[in-house]
Amino acid sequence: MRTRQLAFTVAHRLAILAYIVFALFPLFWLLKVSVTPNDLLYSEGVRMWPSRATLEHYTFVIAHSAFPTFFKNSLIVAGSTAVTVTILASLAGYALSRFRFRAKYWIVALMLITQMFPLVMLVAPIFKMLSPLGLTNSLTGLVIVYTAFNVPFATFLMQSFFDGIPKDLEEAAMIDGATQFIAFRQIILPLTLPGIAATLGFVFTAAWSELLFALMLISGNDAATFPVGLLTFVSKFSVDFGQMMAAGILALIPACLFFLLIQRYLVQGLTAGAVKG
Amino acid sequence: MTHAAHHPATKPFRKRFADAAEPYLYSAPALILIVAVMLVPLVLGISYAFRDIQLLNPFSGRFIGLDHFRALGQDQAFFRALRNTLWWTGASVFLQFVFGLILALLLDKPFAGRGLAQALCFLPWAVPSFLAGLNWAWLFNPVIGPLPHWMYAFGILDAPNNILSDPQLAMWGPIIANVWWGIPFFAITLLAALQAIPRDLYEAASIDGAGPVQRFISITLPFLAPTIAITILLRTVWISNFADLIVVMTNGGPADRTQIVASYIFTQAFKRLDFGYASAIALVLLVLLLVYSLLIVLLRQTLLNKD
Amino acid sequence: MASIDIEGIRKSFGAFPVLHGVDLAIRDGEFVVLVGPSGCGKSTLLRMIAGLEEVTAGDIRIDGKRVNDLAPKDRDIAMVFQSYALYPHMSVADNMSYSLRLRRSTKEKIASAVSGAAAKLGLDPLLERRPRALSGGQRQRVAMGRAIVRQPKAFLFDEPLSNLDARLREQMRAEIKKLHGDLRATSIYVTHDQIEAMTLADRIVAMHGGVVQQVGTPLDLYDRPANLFVAGFIGSPGMNFFEGRYLVSGDHADLKLENDVTLPARRVGGIESGEPATLGIRPEHVVITEGGALEGRVDLIEPTGFGIIMHVTVHDVPLKVFTLNRAMLNPGATVRLDLPRDKLHLFDGEGRRLG
Repeated sequence: MRTRQLAFTVAHRLAILAYIVFALFPLFWLLKVSVTPNDLLYSEGVRMWPSRATLEHYTFVIAHSAFPTFFKNSLIVAGSTAVTVTILASLAGYALSRFRFRAKYWIVALMLITQMFPLVMLVAPIFKMLSPLGLTNSLTGLVIVYTAFNVPFATFLMQSFFDGIPKDLEEAAMIDGATQFIAFRQIILPLTLPGIAATLGFVFTAAWSELLFALMLISGNDAATFPVGLLTFVSKFSVDFGQMMAAGILALIPACLFFLLIQRYLVQGLTAGAVKG
Repeated sequence: MTHAAHHPATKPFRKRFADAAEPYLYSAPALILIVAVMLVPLVLGISYAFRDIQLLNPFSGRFIGLDHFRALGQDQAFFRALRNTLWWTGASVFLQFVFGLILALLLDKPFAGRGLAQALCFLPWAVPSFLAGLNWAWLFNPVIGPLPHWMYAFGILDAPNNILSDPQLAMWGPIIANVWWGIPFFAITLLAALQAIPRDLYEAASIDGAGPVQRFISITLPFLAPTIAITILLRTVWISNFADLIVVMTNGGPADRTQIVASYIFTQAFKRLDFGYASAIALVLLVLLLVYSLLIVLLRQTLLNKD
Repeated sequence: MASIDIEGIRKSFGAFPVLHGVDLAIRDGEFVVLVGPSGCGKSTLLRMIAGLEEVTAGDIRIDGKRVNDLAPKDRDIAMVFQSYALYPHMSVADNMSYSLRLRRSTKEKIASAVSGAAAKLGLDPLLERRPRALSGGQRQRVAMGRAIVRQPKAFLFDEPLSNLDARLREQMRAEIKKLHGDLRATSIYVTHDQIEAMTLADRIVAMHGGVVQQVGTPLDLYDRPANLFVAGFIGSPGMNFFEGRYLVSGDHADLKLENDVTLPARRVGGIESGEPATLGIRPEHVVITEGGALEGRVDLIEPTGFGIIMHVTVHDVPLKVFTLNRAMLNPGATVRLDLPRDKLHLFDGEGRRLG
């Protein structure tokens, strides 16, 4: 009995270890190649760590490539999208959580539908709509598109956070002399701060990763976001792997930071989004 | 006194209007944006399916009826993409689910360092999809990646070649990347459902003499079933539309062997700039997804009626 | 301070009616308790007075002014919630002063109002704490403090003590009564606990199924319940009931039960001989005596420390008896009982009080 339990425990830990290795190995390889000097890259192919590590790829990428621009563009796009979405979703989520009104059913239905149809359908029409407005090849255009795509899911997420705050609190505030909007701003929003942070994190990550619409809407280097920049870099000079992986590691940093921020809320976010990745 | 009891209380019009308008004011900005950037393009896209719209051809734009759909009926690439979509979706969802469930069960047991293990296991989910695609494409690349060499050493491959350029094997590349990237989604959802099962049920079952396997079959599975069903259904739709990894890793190649419908639409719009044809394919995809959802709803109904 | 008048108030949620025309006049300074089982509409009525629920029909007046269309903030009332509804991100002092800050009172006025209320409720050492760091009783006090700083026209209490344990509940009950004695503020208090209702109220409003059953002083409701519902709801242990037919024979009357046993009743008007009726008697009014007219089989003895609750069966009908006689802890298999005529309550077939 005792040995069986021990064997079970060991097997359990080994299985977890195996999964962690599987989950981290690709990222580790990214890191490994990014610090491998070019002259060792081919001679030491499958070694787990190069005999000599270097940061030259990072310094090159930061000092001599367009990646800082891509990085900045992505930060602007993902940051503005996250802030705008969170504001809009807070308002709409509050309405869904606290009011009973006739169109509520239809609003929920509309938002659910937007989560179900393939967004790739919209690539062509959105391009056609934005180009006469001068919003193609512009960060503003991307922010508008990403904001719309993320608002429905963020609204459901914010709604779930508002649902967790007792209605009594606003009612107490309204009796104390507040209007509903003041109660929302002074009582409810401060209590929803963790939810707001989680929503910011989810939307930032989604906007930071978006690829297809960025590819379609952006053509020049000036307005390219990180995914576009990295992908065009790949197809143009598919030689300098070290530099590309250094850039990839850099792209990973903000995503990982936000992952830490939202870790506690993953479940809530995934169930709210349900169909979002 | 009685007259007040039988007439509805009347409110001044302005107050009534302000009260009724309040929820709409809160939701209006989000709604306007959704309608303008999602619903209008959706309708527009459906209309493109019946028009000749090519971005580089200024003379295009006229109404051509069902011509795109006739062309689609002859398009071998499209039918191949349909088959590939089934294969891509089925394999990805199945593997993600199986490994996700195992991971969730592993993480459900308390042990020292569980928080850290959980964070590390879920980390792939935070990796941007384009980066996940590139990362795996590099791993499969014999020049800098170890995988071809290892697979050759184990006798899985005849030579350390890139499987992404082998028409027979190419689809496995994006599928493996997708599984790596998507396991956390299933694991997180299933773990939440697992932890919502009341612990005293297990204790009661143990006292009643149920072994671990019996407990899993009689408690865990029935409790997880609704979550499993809904997650798989939604994930199936989502993955069948998920073109990022394919666009990044193979761009549909070699010889369209990894082209799925979603990436085919993107290629038509992005590479050939043929918005009309792309929209026609998109419309077909939309109809197929609707049929799928409808079938699911019907299946649910019949299953419910049987109980 | 103000009077509150409620005229023909109705409320429906969708097609579902919860209040069927309530009329109530509350005098300035009065302490009125709305009591009834859950779902009777008492909380809904309170929330309509507060302005938290729409009024479907009827009028609510505070100080003679119709307030149906006023927002809660414009009604000048304060409310203590069952959950206390303290703002978790504010200190006790900020919780208490929030209403004054919203009204842009001066700093000096806020400070003096808060310290006055804190002194009254013994909250001085807690002013800088967050609600999370308070015990249940302390939170309750803060909720009360938040209500009294503003000196509103009326206080509304929505089951304010039901989240406290029994001992604390007793203590806070007394404190609320003392506070009302000091402030003499118009108060409406909702509870499902009839002891709270009896001890606190100037007048009790007993409600059931969205209809006011009886309005009166606590002793009115105890001594002369207007109907079966009030008779059964007020008092603990609850009143005993016997259903049967009312039979008049000359000068006195009897109640004939279904199993043909007759119990003595009182001669009252408003009912004809032969009609269905219900006889009620409180357990504490049943007399145990050697020469009693009825024989009861003892089923169960429940000592409460103060007295004894005996469950007996009289002619196949269960009956509860409350006695202070310790000897009844070991009563033997049967006891003899009397139902004194002057303590009997009689109700007609519809459950209305007779006589």
